[in-house]
Amino acid sequence: MASSSSNTYNSPCAACKFLRRKCMPGCIFAPYFPPEEPHKFANVHKIFGASNVTKLLNELLPHQREDAVNSLAYEAEARVRDPVYGCVGAISYLQRQVHRLQKELDAANADLVQYGLSTSTPGNVVDLVFQPQPFPPQPLNPVYRLSGASPVMTQQPRGTGGSYGTFLPWNNGHDQQGGNM
Amino acid sequence: MNPKRCAACRYLRRRCPKDCVFSPYFPPNNPEKFACVHRIYGAGNVSKMLQQLPVQTRAEVVESLCFEATCRIEDPVYGCVGIISLLQTQIQKTENLLARTQAEIAVAQTKHSQNQHSEFM
Repeated sequence: MASSSSNTYNSPCAACKFLRRKCMPGCIFAPYFPPEEPHKFANVHKIFGASNVTKLLNELLPHQREDAVNSLAYEAEARVRDPVYGCVGAISYLQRQVHRLQKELDAANADLVQYGLSTSTPGNVVDLVFQPQPFPPQPLNPVYRLSGASPVMTQQPRGTGGSYGTFLPWNNGHDQQGGNM
Repeated sequence: MNPKRCAACRYLRRRCPKDCVFSPYFPPNNPEKFACVHRIYGAGNVSKMLQQLPVQTRAEVVESLCFEATCRIEDPVYGCVGIISLLQTQIQKTENLLARTQAEIAVAQTKHSQNQHSEFM
Protein backbone atom coordinates (compact mmCIF):
# COMPACT_ATOMS: atom_id res chain seq x y z
CA MET A 1 0.00 0.00 0.00
CA ALA A 2 1.19 3.54 -0.68
CA SER A 3 2.28 5.35 2.41
CA SER A 4 0.37 8.39 3.45
CA SER A 5 1.58 11.72 2.17
CA SER A 6 4.91 12.63 3.67
CA ASN A 7 4.58 16.33 3.06
CA THR A 8 3.96 17.18 6.64
CA TYR A 9 5.80 20.02 8.32
CA ASN A 10 9.04 18.22 9.04
CA SER A 11 9.08 15.27 6.58
CA PRO A 12 9.31 16.13 2.92
CA CYS A 13 9.19 13.14 0.63
CA ALA A 14 12.41 11.65 -0.68
CA ALA A 15 11.88 13.26 -4.06
CA CYS A 16 11.49 16.77 -2.73
CA LYS A 17 14.42 16.25 -0.37
CA PHE A 18 16.54 15.14 -3.31
CA LEU A 19 15.35 18.01 -5.47
CA ARG A 20 15.76 20.45 -2.59
CA ARG A 21 12.34 21.89 -2.86
CA LYS A 22 9.34 22.34 -0.65
CA CYS A 23 7.13 19.27 -0.52
CA MET A 24 3.72 20.73 -1.22
CA PRO A 25 0.38 19.16 -0.34
CA GLY A 26 -0.63 16.96 -3.23
CA CYS A 27 2.99 16.30 -4.26
CA ILE A 28 2.73 13.58 -6.88
CA PHE A 29 5.83 11.84 -5.56
CA ALA A 30 5.04 11.90 -1.86
CA PRO A 31 2.87 8.74 -1.63
CA TYR A 32 5.49 6.63 -3.39
CA PHE A 33 8.86 7.98 -2.30
CA PRO A 34 8.94 7.99 1.48
CA PRO A 35 11.81 9.85 3.11
CA GLU A 36 13.09 6.58 4.59
CA GLU A 37 14.03 5.33 1.11
CA PRO A 38 16.17 8.04 -0.45
CA HIS A 39 17.92 5.60 -2.78
CA LYS A 40 14.65 4.73 -4.49
CA PHE A 41 14.12 8.20 -5.86
CA ALA A 42 17.82 8.75 -6.45
CA ASN A 43 17.94 5.75 -8.79
CA VAL A 44 14.72 6.67 -10.57
CA HIS A 45 15.89 10.24 -11.02
CA LYS A 46 19.26 9.12 -12.32
CA ILE A 47 17.78 6.89 -15.02
CA PHE A 48 14.46 8.46 -15.94
CA GLY A 49 14.58 12.00 -14.58
CA ALA A 50 11.99 13.62 -12.32
CA SER A 51 10.03 15.30 -15.10
CA ASN A 52 9.72 12.09 -17.12
CA VAL A 53 8.46 10.26 -14.04
CA THR A 54 5.97 13.05 -13.38
CA LYS A 55 4.69 12.79 -16.94
CA LEU A 56 4.39 9.01 -16.70
CA LEU A 57 2.50 9.18 -13.42
CA ASN A 58 0.18 11.89 -14.68
CA GLU A 59 -0.84 9.61 -17.55
CA LEU A 60 -1.96 6.91 -15.13
CA LEU A 61 -4.90 6.50 -12.83
CA PRO A 62 -4.10 7.01 -9.13
CA HIS A 63 -4.56 3.32 -8.29
CA GLN A 64 -1.98 2.38 -10.94
CA ARG A 65 0.75 4.71 -9.77
CA GLU A 66 2.19 2.69 -6.91
CA ASP A 67 2.92 -0.30 -9.13
CA ALA A 68 4.23 2.01 -11.84
CA VAL A 69 6.65 3.67 -9.41
CA ASN A 70 7.78 0.32 -8.05
CA SER A 71 8.40 -1.03 -11.54
CA LEU A 72 10.30 2.12 -12.49
CA ALA A 73 12.37 1.80 -9.31
CA TYR A 74 13.06 -1.84 -10.13
CA GLU A 75 14.16 -0.99 -13.67
CA ALA A 76 16.26 1.91 -12.45
CA GLU A 77 18.03 -0.21 -9.87
CA ALA A 78 18.66 -2.92 -12.47
CA ARG A 79 20.13 -0.30 -14.80
CA VAL A 80 22.32 1.16 -12.07
CA ARG A 81 23.67 -2.32 -11.26
CA ASP A 82 24.07 -3.27 -14.92
CA PRO A 83 24.44 -0.10 -16.97
CA VAL A 84 24.70 -2.03 -20.25
CA TYR A 85 21.74 -4.42 -20.08
CA GLY A 86 19.59 -3.34 -17.13
CA CYS A 87 16.45 -5.48 -16.80
CA VAL A 88 17.07 -7.03 -20.19
CA GLY A 89 19.87 -9.08 -18.63
CA ALA A 90 17.42 -10.58 -16.18
CA ILE A 91 14.92 -11.29 -18.95
CA SER A 92 17.58 -13.07 -20.96
CA TYR A 93 18.54 -15.20 -17.96
CA LEU A 94 14.93 -16.12 -17.24
CA GLN A 95 14.27 -16.95 -20.88
CA ARG A 96 17.18 -19.38 -20.77
CA GLN A 97 15.73 -20.98 -17.64
CA VAL A 98 12.34 -21.35 -19.27
CA HIS A 99 13.92 -22.93 -22.32
CA ARG A 100 15.95 -25.34 -20.19
CA LEU A 101 12.95 -26.37 -18.11
CA GLN A 102 10.82 -26.87 -21.19
CA LYS A 103 13.43 -29.23 -22.64
CA GLU A 104 13.52 -31.16 -19.36
CA LEU A 105 9.75 -31.36 -19.32
CA ASP A 106 9.61 -32.56 -22.91
CA ALA A 107 12.16 -35.27 -22.06
CA ALA A 108 10.19 -36.29 -18.98
CA ASN A 109 6.97 -36.46 -20.98
CA ALA A 110 8.70 -38.63 -23.55
CA ASP A 111 9.79 -40.97 -20.74
CA LEU A 112 6.25 -41.08 -19.43
CA VAL A 113 4.88 -41.98 -22.82
CA GLN A 114 7.10 -45.07 -22.77
CA TYR A 115 5.07 -46.31 -19.83
CA GLY A 116 1.83 -45.68 -21.66
CA LEU A 117 1.08 -42.62 -19.57
CA SER A 118 0.88 -38.95 -20.49
CA THR A 119 0.47 -35.78 -18.57
CA SER A 120 -2.84 -34.02 -18.65
CA THR A 121 -1.31 -30.87 -20.12
CA PRO A 122 -0.27 -30.40 -23.73
CA GLY A 123 3.37 -30.65 -24.73
CA ASN A 124 4.12 -26.98 -24.90
CA VAL A 125 3.18 -25.66 -21.49
CA VAL A 126 5.35 -22.62 -21.93
CA ASP A 127 2.36 -20.47 -22.52
CA LEU A 128 4.22 -17.32 -23.24
CA VAL A 129 2.75 -14.74 -25.49
CA PHE A 130 6.04 -14.50 -27.36
CA GLN A 131 8.32 -17.22 -28.60
CA PRO A 132 11.70 -17.50 -26.87
CA GLN A 133 14.48 -16.70 -29.28
CA PRO A 134 17.45 -18.98 -29.80
CA PHE A 135 20.12 -18.18 -27.25
CA PRO A 136 23.54 -17.05 -28.34
CA PRO A 137 26.50 -18.77 -26.71
CA GLN A 138 27.89 -15.61 -25.17
CA PRO A 139 26.25 -14.98 -21.78
CA LEU A 140 26.88 -11.27 -22.12
CA ASN A 141 24.80 -11.03 -25.27
CA PRO A 142 21.25 -11.15 -24.06
CA VAL A 143 18.37 -12.15 -26.27
CA TYR A 144 16.13 -9.18 -26.30
CA ARG A 145 15.09 -9.18 -29.92
CA LEU A 146 11.52 -10.32 -29.65
CA SER A 147 9.21 -11.30 -32.41
CA GLY A 148 6.33 -8.96 -32.92
CA ALA A 149 5.94 -5.39 -31.81
CA SER A 150 5.52 -6.12 -28.16
CA PRO A 151 5.94 -9.61 -26.86
CA VAL A 152 3.89 -9.95 -23.73
CA MET A 153 1.76 -6.87 -23.77
CA THR A 154 -0.30 -7.82 -26.80
CA GLN A 155 -2.54 -9.94 -24.64
CA GLN A 156 -2.61 -7.78 -21.58
CA PRO A 157 -4.92 -4.83 -21.12
CA ARG A 158 -2.88 -1.70 -21.43
CA GLY A 159 -1.97 -0.03 -18.23
CA THR A 160 -4.15 -2.19 -16.04
CA GLY A 161 -1.35 -4.38 -14.82
CA GLY A 162 -2.96 -7.51 -16.24
CA SER A 163 -2.23 -10.61 -14.22
CA TYR A 164 1.22 -9.59 -13.03
CA GLY A 165 0.02 -9.07 -9.51
CA THR A 166 0.89 -12.56 -8.35
CA PHE A 167 4.67 -12.39 -8.53
CA LEU A 168 5.89 -8.86 -8.58
CA PRO A 169 9.65 -8.70 -8.07
CA TRP A 170 9.36 -6.09 -5.34
CA ASN A 171 7.19 -8.44 -3.30
CA ASN A 172 10.37 -10.42 -2.58
CA GLY A 173 8.93 -13.60 -4.01
CA HIS A 174 5.66 -13.39 -2.12
CA ASP A 175 2.50 -13.28 -4.07
CA GLN A 176 -0.13 -10.76 -3.17
CA GLN A 177 -2.08 -13.43 -1.33
CA GLY A 178 0.88 -13.84 0.97
CA GLY A 179 2.26 -17.07 -0.47
CA ASN A 180 5.83 -17.72 -1.47
CA MET A 181 7.23 -18.13 -4.94
CA MET B 1 18.43 20.89 -43.56
CA ASN B 2 21.34 18.55 -43.40
CA PRO B 3 20.10 15.18 -44.69
CA LYS B 4 22.91 13.45 -42.85
CA ARG B 5 21.70 14.34 -39.37
CA CYS B 6 21.09 11.36 -37.11
CA ALA B 7 17.55 10.63 -35.95
CA ALA B 8 18.28 12.15 -32.54
CA CYS B 9 19.51 15.47 -33.89
CA ARG B 10 16.65 15.62 -36.37
CA TYR B 11 14.21 15.02 -33.54
CA LEU B 12 15.91 17.61 -31.36
CA ARG B 13 16.13 20.01 -34.29
CA ARG B 14 19.78 20.70 -33.92
CA ARG B 15 22.96 20.39 -35.89
CA CYS B 16 24.49 16.90 -35.85
CA PRO B 17 28.17 17.29 -34.96
CA LYS B 18 30.81 14.90 -36.24
CA ASP B 19 31.29 13.45 -32.76
CA CYS B 20 27.58 13.21 -31.97
CA VAL B 21 27.13 10.59 -29.26
CA PHE B 22 23.80 9.47 -30.72
CA SER B 23 24.58 9.20 -34.42
CA PRO B 24 26.15 5.69 -34.50
CA TYR B 25 23.05 4.24 -32.85
CA PHE B 26 20.13 6.30 -34.11
CA PRO B 27 20.28 6.31 -37.90
CA PRO B 28 18.03 8.77 -39.73
CA ASN B 29 16.03 5.98 -41.33
CA ASN B 30 14.59 4.90 -37.95
CA PRO B 31 13.14 7.98 -36.23
CA GLU B 32 10.81 5.95 -34.00
CA LYS B 33 13.73 4.40 -32.16
CA PHE B 34 14.96 7.70 -30.77
CA ALA B 35 11.46 9.03 -30.22
CA CYS B 36 10.70 6.02 -28.05
CA VAL B 37 13.87 6.29 -25.97
CA HIS B 38 13.55 10.04 -25.61
CA ARG B 39 9.97 9.76 -24.44
CA ILE B 40 10.89 7.49 -21.53
CA TYR B 41 14.42 8.49 -20.60
CA GLY B 42 15.03 11.88 -22.14
CA ALA B 43 17.87 12.75 -24.48
CA GLY B 44 20.03 14.15 -21.69
CA ASN B 45 19.84 11.00 -19.60
CA VAL B 46 20.60 8.77 -22.58
CA SER B 47 23.55 10.95 -23.54
CA LYS B 48 24.90 10.77 -19.97
CA MET B 49 24.49 7.00 -19.87
CA LEU B 50 26.29 6.54 -23.16
CA GLN B 51 29.13 8.86 -22.27
CA GLN B 52 29.77 7.00 -19.03
CA LEU B 53 30.28 3.69 -20.84
CA PRO B 54 32.98 2.34 -23.13
CA VAL B 55 32.26 2.83 -26.81
CA GLN B 56 32.22 -0.90 -27.51
CA THR B 57 29.24 -1.41 -25.17
CA ARG B 58 27.10 1.48 -26.38
CA ALA B 59 25.27 -0.33 -29.17
CA GLU B 60 23.98 -2.91 -26.70
CA VAL B 61 23.06 -0.20 -24.21
CA VAL B 62 20.96 1.55 -26.85
CA GLU B 63 19.25 -1.67 -27.87
CA SER B 64 18.38 -2.55 -24.29
CA LEU B 65 17.14 0.98 -23.59
CA CYS B 66 14.98 0.80 -26.73
CA PHE B 67 13.52 -2.48 -25.63
CA GLU B 68 12.71 -1.23 -22.16
CA ALA B 69 11.29 2.02 -23.50
CA THR B 70 9.07 0.11 -25.94
CA CYS B 71 7.81 -2.09 -23.13
CA ARG B 72 7.08 0.94 -20.98
CA ILE B 73 5.13 2.65 -23.76
CA GLU B 74 3.11 -0.51 -24.35
CA ASP B 75 2.54 -1.09 -20.64
CA PRO B 76 2.92 2.18 -18.73
CA VAL B 77 2.31 0.48 -15.37
CA TYR B 78 4.78 -2.41 -15.45
CA GLY B 79 7.00 -1.92 -18.48
CA CYS B 80 9.44 -4.78 -18.98
CA VAL B 81 9.07 -5.77 -15.33
CA GLY B 82 5.82 -7.36 -16.43
CA ILE B 83 7.80 -9.71 -18.64
CA ILE B 84 10.03 -10.62 -15.70
CA SER B 85 6.98 -11.44 -13.59
CA LEU B 86 5.47 -13.58 -16.31
CA LEU B 87 8.71 -15.46 -16.84
CA GLN B 88 9.10 -16.09 -13.11
CA THR B 89 5.52 -17.34 -12.92
CA GLN B 90 6.07 -19.57 -15.93
CA ILE B 91 9.27 -20.96 -14.44
CA GLN B 92 7.50 -21.87 -11.25
CA LYS B 93 4.62 -23.54 -13.10
CA THR B 94 6.99 -25.50 -15.30
CA GLU B 95 9.09 -26.57 -12.31
CA ASN B 96 5.95 -27.81 -10.53
CA LEU B 97 4.82 -29.69 -13.61
CA LEU B 98 8.26 -31.18 -14.08
CA ALA B 99 8.33 -32.36 -10.48
CA ARG B 100 4.88 -33.92 -10.90
CA THR B 101 5.90 -35.61 -14.13
CA GLN B 102 9.08 -36.97 -12.59
CA ALA B 103 7.06 -38.34 -9.66
CA GLU B 104 4.71 -40.04 -12.11
CA ILE B 105 7.70 -41.55 -13.90
CA ALA B 106 9.03 -42.90 -10.62
CA VAL B 107 5.65 -44.50 -9.82
CA ALA B 108 5.40 -45.92 -13.33
CA GLN B 109 8.93 -47.32 -13.13
CA THR B 110 8.12 -49.00 -9.81
CA LYS B 111 4.93 -50.55 -11.17
CA HIS B 112 6.72 -51.67 -14.29
CA SER B 113 9.42 -53.39 -12.22
CA GLN B 114 6.80 -55.09 -10.04
CA ASN B 115 4.90 -56.33 -13.09
CA GLN B 116 8.04 -57.72 -14.66
CA HIS B 117 8.91 -59.47 -11.38
CA SER B 118 5.49 -61.05 -11.00
CA GLU B 119 5.58 -62.30 -14.62
CA PHE B 120 8.64 -64.36 -13.84
CA MET B 121 7.02 -65.87 -10.72
